[in-house]
Amino acid sequence: MDFLTEFPSLGRRDLSALRQAIDGTFRNFTRAYGEGIEAFFDPLLRFMIWFERLLIHAPWPIVIAVLAGLAWLGSRSWKITLGTVAAFLAIGWLGMWENTMSTLAIISVATFLCIAIGIPIGILMARHDRAQALITPALDVMQTIPSFVYLIPVVMLLGIGKVPGLLAVCIYALPPIVRLTNLGIRLVDAEVLEAATAFGASRREKLWGVQIPLALPNIFAGVNQTIMMALSMVVIASMIGVQGLGVPVLRAISNQYLALGLMNGLAIVALAIIFDRVSQTYGKRLQSYKDQGHG
Amino acid sequence: MAEDMSEPKIRIRNLYKIFGDDPVAALAQVQAGASKADLLEANNHVLGLRDINLDIPARGLQVIMGLSGSGKSTLIRHFNRLIDPTAGEILVDGEDVMAMNDTALRDLRRFKMSMVFQKFGLLPHRTVQQNVEYGVQIQGLSEDEAQRRAARWIDRVGLSGFEQHYPGQLSGGMQQRVGLARALATDADILLMDEAFSALDPLIRTDMQTVLLDLQAELQKTIVFITHDLDEALRIGDSIAILRDGEVVQAGDPQAIIMDPADAYITDFIKDINRAKVIRIRSIMVPGPGGGQGAPVRTSQTIEEILGLLHDSPDGVCPVLDKAGAVVGTISLTAVIGALEVRKGAQVARYS
Repeated sequence: MDFLTEFPSLGRRDLSALRQAIDGTFRNFTRAYGEGIEAFFDPLLRFMIWFERLLIHAPWPIVIAVLAGLAWLGSRSWKITLGTVAAFLAIGWLGMWENTMSTLAIISVATFLCIAIGIPIGILMARHDRAQALITPALDVMQTIPSFVYLIPVVMLLGIGKVPGLLAVCIYALPPIVRLTNLGIRLVDAEVLEAATAFGASRREKLWGVQIPLALPNIFAGVNQTIMMALSMVVIASMIGVQGLGVPVLRAISNQYLALGLMNGLAIVALAIIFDRVSQTYGKRLQSYKDQGHG
Repeated sequence: MAEDMSEPKIRIRNLYKIFGDDPVAALAQVQAGASKADLLEANNHVLGLRDINLDIPARGLQVIMGLSGSGKSTLIRHFNRLIDPTAGEILVDGEDVMAMNDTALRDLRRFKMSMVFQKFGLLPHRTVQQNVEYGVQIQGLSEDEAQRRAARWIDRVGLSGFEQHYPGQLSGGMQQRVGLARALATDADILLMDEAFSALDPLIRTDMQTVLLDLQAELQKTIVFITHDLDEALRIGDSIAILRDGEVVQAGDPQAIIMDPADAYITDFIKDINRAKVIRIRSIMVPGPGGGQGAPVRTSQTIEEILGLLHDSPDGVCPVLDKAGAVVGTISLTAVIGALEVRKGAQVARYS
């Protein structure tokens, strides 16, 4: 009856040998390729440092003006633009300007990277059912595995700093843009696509002329989600050495500084709201052709 | 154009389409005589089309008619191979469409055939102007040419002033005018129309039929028109093929179908139509040197149109003139009344 009450497990010694073997293999891999991989990411690191310095050292009125300009271009709404200016003035006045700029830098780079990688993967998934079957579980893992778990190999491989932080953010923030690109393309009306085929459009012409334009609102919803998820990783990324609003939050947790935590936390929220409103209204404007009634 | 007029524009030979996992195996059963129901029950395959043979002459308006599920939309999609057949031949201008590679097939779709869809199939993110330009752009012609052609066809279908509107801003009838203009702008000689007017209100539908007939009188394209509406088929078709359960039941001159239905199914089909509106004098006149004391009527007129004249004729007979105005025969009140009755013989037969 032992068999039923005791789970047939591998045994303490074998299990520890297995873990050591995995750790050892990965450590060897790190020793062999770590530097090469670091060198591969070097241009990205330089760019991130340059971009962060630019945001921090540029005169603050110019930075606010540029941000307000972007908000206006995206949303065409005075309310959102003024809200953006007010939020950044408040952030600066409360002494969080530098950290906010650092966070802005990493979020921008992470979002750009996710778009550049995610949209092509989403297109691939939409065109091949097999690719979808293979990639979907990977996306599920990326979204559900606790971030600390994949921080371990990333830190082992690349140490502590901006690049591993960026990778951690991207792993978490990539799935929505991939999923929504795939979904958006698959949701394109079959009759419209058939019409394009009947007029002799090639696969490429259908993709660029019909599928992507019609999927844009969904793709934009994906970009929006990606930005939101990247922002939610700010605190965790600061645990592996990413500068920004996450650092004071972390300090506030360990020292029980309520006000410090609250202020920096709210600054993250303010960034999130600005990004969200701007990208959502932009996404809505993309499908303005749908909203107009009969002429 | 140095075209051989006796050669059909589109020729379909022994075309079969079976939907399912293993259509080729099912094909053997169908050719051995299995029915649609047998096939569905025995191995879960759906018989879409069975042994279709159809010659579509150039410059005519061929209607393919059938109720839903008869395979008519499947059939029209074989002409430009939006659907591939399980077996059979499709020849367009004598060229074997089945033998075409991707490039040749794209060229066929770009230059030779264009299509109008039941739910319009317009690109919602493009304006009316850009939608009409679409086919021309795909052909690879210059932007200037695309704009010129689009402007011309938008004007021709009566949508001037709406160039910058999006399809979502237009009514159904107007959207289908865009669909028609888009198909005409490519200058293809074959126009495939898949239930093009079925989604429109009856009044708008009649309106669009008139637009189509006017255009056809001028352009003389080869048009394949799918519909489930017999009145529509009789109004516009130069020739009609009736499809039932994936088979052609009767094909030919619409007048012949009304006057001489092939079986009980067709008889049933045509029994509710207003015969006075669709039977033309040429089908019921007595050929000859003429006579009668009434005013002259024309071969192309319907019974309804001449009933008054016949009634006014003292002897109940009118002379019949052809297109050129020459006397070709006579028509009598008795013949007209006889024609208004559905032929009894066909009603005896029962559905198989």
